[in-house]
Amino acid sequence: MSSSTGAQNPFLEVRNLRVHFPTDDGVVKSVDDLSFSVERGKTLGIVGESGSGKSVTSLSVMGLHKRGTADITGEILLDGQDLVGLDPDAVRRLRGKRMAMIFQDPLSAMHPFYSVGSQIVEAYRVHNKVTKQVARKHAIDLLERVGIPNPKSRVDDYPHQFSGGMRQRAMIAMALSCDPELLIADEPTTALDVTVQAQILDLIRDLQAEFNSAVVIITHDLGVVAELADDIMVMYAGRAVEYSTAEDIFTNPQHPYTWGLLGSMPRLDRERTERLQPIAGSPPSLINVPQGCPFNPRCAYDALNGDLSTTERPEFRDVGGGHFIACHLSGEERTRIWENEIRPKL
Amino acid sequence: MNSKRLVTAVAAGAAVAMALSACGGSTGGNSGSGESGFNAALDKTLNPSEKKGGVIKIANAGTWDSLDPGETYYGYSWNFLRLYGRSLVMFKPAPGGASNELVPDLAEKLGEPSDGGKTWTYKLRTGIKYEDGTPVTAKDVAYAVLRSTDKETFPNGPAYFEGFLNLPEGYKGPYKTPDMDTSSAITTPDDQTVVFHLKEAFGGFDYMAQLPQTAPVPKAKDTGAKYKEHVLSTGPYKFDKNEIDKKFNLVRNDQWDQATDPNRKALPDGYEVEMNVNADDIDNRLINGDLHIDIAGTGVQPASLSRVLGDPSLKANADNPTIARLWYTSINPTVAPLDNIDCRKAIEYATDKTSYQTAYGGPFSGGDIATTIMPPLIPGQEKFDLYPAGADGKGDMNKAKEALTACGQPNGFETNIAYRAERPKEKATAESLQQSLARVGIKLTLRAFPQGDYFSQFAGNPPFVKANNLGLVVNGWGADWNDGFGFLSQIVDSRVIRETGGSSNTSVRIPEVDTMLDAAIAETDATKREAMWGDIDKRVMEEAVILPGVYAKSLLIRGKGLTNVFVSEAYGMYDYLALGAS
Amino acid sequence: MPATVITYIIRRLFAAVVLLFIVSMITFAIFFVIPKLGGGTPETLASRYVGRAATAETVRLTAERLGFYDPILVQYGHWLKGIFVGADYDYGPAVDHCPAPCLGYSFRTNQPVLPDLLDRLPVTLSLASGAAVLWLLAGISVGTLSALRKGSVLDRMSMGVALAGVSLPIFFTGLISLAFFSYQLGWTAPGGSYTPITENIGDWAYALLLPWITLAFQFSAQYARLTRAGMLETMNEDFIRTARAKGLVERRVVVKHGLRGALTPILTIFGLDIGLLLGGAVLTESAFSLKGLGQYAIDAIKNYDLPKVMGVTIMAAFFIVLANLVVDLLYAVVDPRVRTA
Ligand SMILES: Nc1ncnc2c1ncn2[C@@H]1O[C@H](COP(=O)(O)OP(=O)(O)O)[C@@H](O)[C@H]1O
Ligand SMILES: [Mg+2]
Repeated sequence: MSSSTGAQNPFLEVRNLRVHFPTDDGVVKSVDDLSFSVERGKTLGIVGESGSGKSVTSLSVMGLHKRGTADITGEILLDGQDLVGLDPDAVRRLRGKRMAMIFQDPLSAMHPFYSVGSQIVEAYRVHNKVTKQVARKHAIDLLERVGIPNPKSRVDDYPHQFSGGMRQRAMIAMALSCDPELLIADEPTTALDVTVQAQILDLIRDLQAEFNSAVVIITHDLGVVAELADDIMVMYAGRAVEYSTAEDIFTNPQHPYTWGLLGSMPRLDRERTERLQPIAGSPPSLINVPQGCPFNPRCAYDALNGDLSTTERPEFRDVGGGHFIACHLSGEERTRIWENEIRPKL
Repeated sequence: MNSKRLVTAVAAGAAVAMALSACGGSTGGNSGSGESGFNAALDKTLNPSEKKGGVIKIANAGTWDSLDPGETYYGYSWNFLRLYGRSLVMFKPAPGGASNELVPDLAEKLGEPSDGGKTWTYKLRTGIKYEDGTPVTAKDVAYAVLRSTDKETFPNGPAYFEGFLNLPEGYKGPYKTPDMDTSSAITTPDDQTVVFHLKEAFGGFDYMAQLPQTAPVPKAKDTGAKYKEHVLSTGPYKFDKNEIDKKFNLVRNDQWDQATDPNRKALPDGYEVEMNVNADDIDNRLINGDLHIDIAGTGVQPASLSRVLGDPSLKANADNPTIARLWYTSINPTVAPLDNIDCRKAIEYATDKTSYQTAYGGPFSGGDIATTIMPPLIPGQEKFDLYPAGADGKGDMNKAKEALTACGQPNGFETNIAYRAERPKEKATAESLQQSLARVGIKLTLRAFPQGDYFSQFAGNPPFVKANNLGLVVNGWGADWNDGFGFLSQIVDSRVIRETGGSSNTSVRIPEVDTMLDAAIAETDATKREAMWGDIDKRVMEEAVILPGVYAKSLLIRGKGLTNVFVSEAYGMYDYLALGAS
Repeated sequence: MPATVITYIIRRLFAAVVLLFIVSMITFAIFFVIPKLGGGTPETLASRYVGRAATAETVRLTAERLGFYDPILVQYGHWLKGIFVGADYDYGPAVDHCPAPCLGYSFRTNQPVLPDLLDRLPVTLSLASGAAVLWLLAGISVGTLSALRKGSVLDRMSMGVALAGVSLPIFFTGLISLAFFSYQLGWTAPGGSYTPITENIGDWAYALLLPWITLAFQFSAQYARLTRAGMLETMNEDFIRTARAKGLVERRVVVKHGLRGALTPILTIFGLDIGLLLGGAVLTESAFSLKGLGQYAIDAIKNYDLPKVMGVTIMAAFFIVLANLVVDLLYAVVDPRVRTA
C-alpha cells in the first residue's frame, strides 16, 4: 500500500489475507481481505477494539493457528517468500529466527516450571548450534540488554519471581534471541502498569533502532503507538478501515471509527472525566457481518449517506497521499465533522 | 459380595473353558489304565504303581491351623501329617470303607484294654528313629500327649486326652507343671511300652491313639508353640524349608526305615506345599496339571463345579465322595412354642428336603438327602426315616398340620431362623425353610450372624438364643473321626452346652441320651458299641430337635500324573499317604 | 533453603507419627469396642483363636494368654510398650523376647508380626513398583496421543479400552490372564510365583510380569484419562503458543512443555495410588497368590488376628503418609512456584 509506493521490498507484505474459522455456528470471518506491509527499520501499528482480528492476523503471519482450524487464503510474503501454503516445518524454522512474537500476558506466556534463562536458552538453541554455556551467556547478555538488573543471578529465576514488567522484558529478550528481522508485539503492554508500559515501549523503540528489524505493534489503544509507529492501520471487524502515516492518523483522521478511538484514548493532559468516551455499541458478529458498512450500526454519521451505509460496503481507497479509508462519507463532510465536531472535544 | 462372587465365578468359568480348549484335543482319548472315570477312585486304587521319584505339588487356599502334631485339628492336616509323623495307630491307607479300619503304626498292634476299658497299653515297634537319628522311646509318646494337654500353649488341638486321661488335679502340662506326677494318667514301664490310664472306660480309645497327638516329640527338642516351625519327623519325609503360612517343602527322611513301617510306600521324592493360594486358581491349575493336590480336600469352587460336571473328559477325572459331615438345622426346644414336641415335629414334616438339598448345591456338590444324624459312612449308622417327606421329598403337609393341631397351633406360629452371614448356602437353606414351612403357616424370620462369633455369641449362646427367639439354627457338623463318638459326642451331648456360648450343640438336651452316650463310650466291643450309636441317633431324632438336611458330598479333581489315587473314607478326601508322582 | 526443607520434613514426619498412633488406636478400638457393643466378653473374643469344640477352659486360658481380661486401655498400653521397649512372649518351655519396635505376636500363629511384614514387603514393593512403571508409561503415552489426536479413532479406541480397564475387576482379568497366558500358552509364570530380585532379576521379572500387566492395565486406564484431560487443558495454555513461537519442533512442545505441565495432577493421584498399593495390592495379590502385604492383610482380617491387623494397618498408613510426603516434596521439584511459597 502506502509503503509499496516508493520503497523497495517491504520485509513483510500481506496481501488479501482471509482467515476464516469454520465453526458449528457458521464461518467466523476473523480477517477478511486484509493487506498491509512493513519494511525493515519501520514500525507498523495495528489498532482496533478487542475482537477486530488483530491477533488472528499476527498468528497467521507466525503460522501459529492450529492445523485444520483456520482457513487461510491470500499471501503472506516474508522477505518475498509466501508463507501461506508453505510446508509447516519450513514455517517453523522461520519462527523465532526470522520472525518473533511477544504476547500480551507475559505471566501465562512463560512456562511456570522452567527458569527464565532456560526458556531463553531454549529459544536460542533451536536455531543455533551452540553449547548450553554459550547460550546461557547469550541469555544473560540479552537480559542485561533488556534492562534486567543483576542478570547473572536473575537468569536462574522462575517467571513468578519476576515482576510483570521484568517478565515482559524477559519475553522481549526471548523474542530477540535470534535477531529476528520481524518482531510482532501483540498488546505488549496491556497487562502492565501505566508507568511500566512506557518503559517497555521505550525499550522496543530502542531495540528496533538497534536491530533495524521490521516491527508490528498491535494494540487497542492508539496512545501506545502514538510515538512508536511510523504507519498505523486501524482495523474493524476483520478489515482495515483506515491506513496512513502515524502523523496523519493523529492530525487528520478520516474515519468515524478512528475518531472514536481517538476519543477514547487516554491522555495525560486531560481530566479523567472528560476523556474516555468509548464508542457506543459493540462490534458486529464476525459470522454474519452486516451488509453495507460494518461500522454502520455504531456510526453517528451514517444518516448523511441515505441508505448507502446499510446497502453497500465502502471501498478501501486512497483519499490522497497514501491515506486509505473505507467510508461512504464525502471528503467535505469528513473534514467538516473532524474540524468542527471532533477535534475541539479531544 | 454377591457381584464379586459372580465375577469370580464367571472368571473362573471362563478360565476353565480356556484351559479346556487347550487340552481338549490332546488328552481326550487317553486310555492306558482304562479304569479311570467319574468316581473311579472311590472304591479302588487308580494308577497303581510302585515307582518312586517325582515331587508332588500341593496348594492350600488357606493355612494350616498348626503343623505341630500336638495341636493340629484339621482333617486334611491329619491325613497329610502321616507323611512326617507316626502316631500309635492310624487309619489304613486303603480305598473306600477299608480306610475306616484302624491299624497299628508306631505301635506293634492295636491297644490292649484292661480294667474294663479304663487302661490301654501300647507296645512300640523297635528301630523307629527321629530324623536326627535319635531312637523313639515310649517316654516321647507320653511327653507328646502330655504337652498337647497344655491348652494355653496349644489352643487349637483336640481336647480328648485331658478329658479322658486320669491326670492329677491342677495339671497344666509339662511346661507349667513340670514336676507334677503324671503316672496316674500315663506310664512307661519300659522304653517300648506306653500305658494310658483313663478316668472312665472308653471302648474306642484306639481312635484317640490315632490322633497325631500321640506322634512322639522329644522333650529335648520341644520348643512349645514354636515347635511347628521345625517338627522332628518320624515318618518318611521331613521338613526342609518351612515358612509358616507361606510354604514348605518335605524331603526324604533317611532315618525312616521301611522295615519298621508296613503302611507307607513313600513313593515321591518330596512335596512342595504352597499356602494362601487363590482358590479358583487352584482349580485351574489342577485341571491343567500344574498342581497335584488341593490339600483342603473340600472340593472345587462353585465356579468350576458346573464346568467339571458338564465336561465328560473333566468329569472322568473327578470323584464325588460322601463325607462324614451333616448339614442340618437345630430345632431349639428352649424357644416357645418349640418346647412342644409336636410343634417341632411339624417342622420336620413340613420341610421340603429336595429344596434343602438344592440350597447346598444339589446332589453332587451338596449331597444326599439326610434322614438321620449320622452319615452312612459312620460304622453303626442305621437307615431310618422318622418323618418321611413324601414320595417327592417335598414334605408331608397332612402330617405337619396334624402335628400343629396336636401342638395347639393349628394355624402355625412365628419364629426366627439363624444362619451364618458369610455362607450363601446357609442363607439359601434358611430361605428354603422359610418357603416350605410357610405352607403350613409357620412364619420364619431370617437372622444372619457373623460366622466368627456364630456359636460363641449368637446361635450357640443359650441366653441369646432364648432372648432372640432363635427357634431354628442352621448348622453343620463333621466328625473328628468316623465313629459314633467322633460324630455324636459334640452335637448331642447336653453336657457340652455352655451358658457362655461356644458349642455347636444348641438344641439337644436329653438326659437319656447323655446316659446312652456314656454307656456306648465305655463299651469295648466294637460291634456292640456301633449298634449303640445307631440307637442314640434314633433317640435324638424321636425328640425332633435336629432337622437333618444333607449328607455332605464334595467334588474332587484328581491331579494329573498321580499314581495310587484313591479316596479315603476316613478322611473324606484322597489319601495323601499313598500317592505317587510318576 | 535446605534447612527449611529439613524442618518441613521433620514437621511432617512428626505429624505422621501422631497419625499412625491415631490409626492404631482406632483399629484397636474397632477390634474391641464393636464386639463389646454386641455383647461380647473376653471369652467370646478368645473363642476365635481356639480349635473347634474347644473346652471352656481352653477358651479361658486363651483369653488370659492374650490379655483379654485387662481393660482395653491397659491392653493398648501393652501394645504400645512393645513398640517402645519390646515384649516378652511365653511359648511354653521358655520365654522369647521380641525387641523394640515389637508389633506383637499373631494371636493365631504366634509368629512375631514385624519380621513377617518385613518379609512380605519386598513382594508388594516389587509388584507395586513394576506395575507403576508400566502403567505410567502406558497411561501417559496413550493419554498424550489421545489428547493430541482428540476425536480420532485412536482416541476413541484407547478411551474405550481405558473404560474397560477401570471397570473390569482384577479378579476377572487376573484369573483369565493366568489361565490364558500361563496355563494355555505357557508364556508367563503360574499363580503364586515369586523370586526375590536379589536372587535373580530375570526370574523376578518373569514371575511378576503377568501381575504387573494386570495391575497396570487397570491403573493405566485411569492415568490415560487423566493425562488426556490434563494435556487437552495444557495444550491450550499461552506458554504452549510461546513454545511454538520459538520454532520448537512439535514433539518437544508436547513433551517438554505440554506434558510437564499436565503431570502435576497425575503426580498427586500417583502418590495416593502408590501409597495405597504399598499397603497391599489386596486383589492382585489374592488373584495371583502373591504373599505380600495385601494377602497378609486379608489373612489377618479373616482370622481376626489383631496384632497382624494392627501391623499391616500401620504399615499401610505409613506408606500412604510417606507417599503423600514424597509427593509434596516432588511437587516442589516439579513446580518452582510451590518452592518459594
Ligand atoms: N480459533 C478460532 N476459532 C474461531 N474464532 C476465532 C478463533 N480465533 C479467533 N477467533 C475470533 O476471531 C475474532 C478476532 O479475534 P482476535 O484476532 O483475537 O481479536 P483481537 O483483535 O482482539 O486480537 C474474534 O471474534 C474471535 O472470537
Ligand atoms: Mg488480541
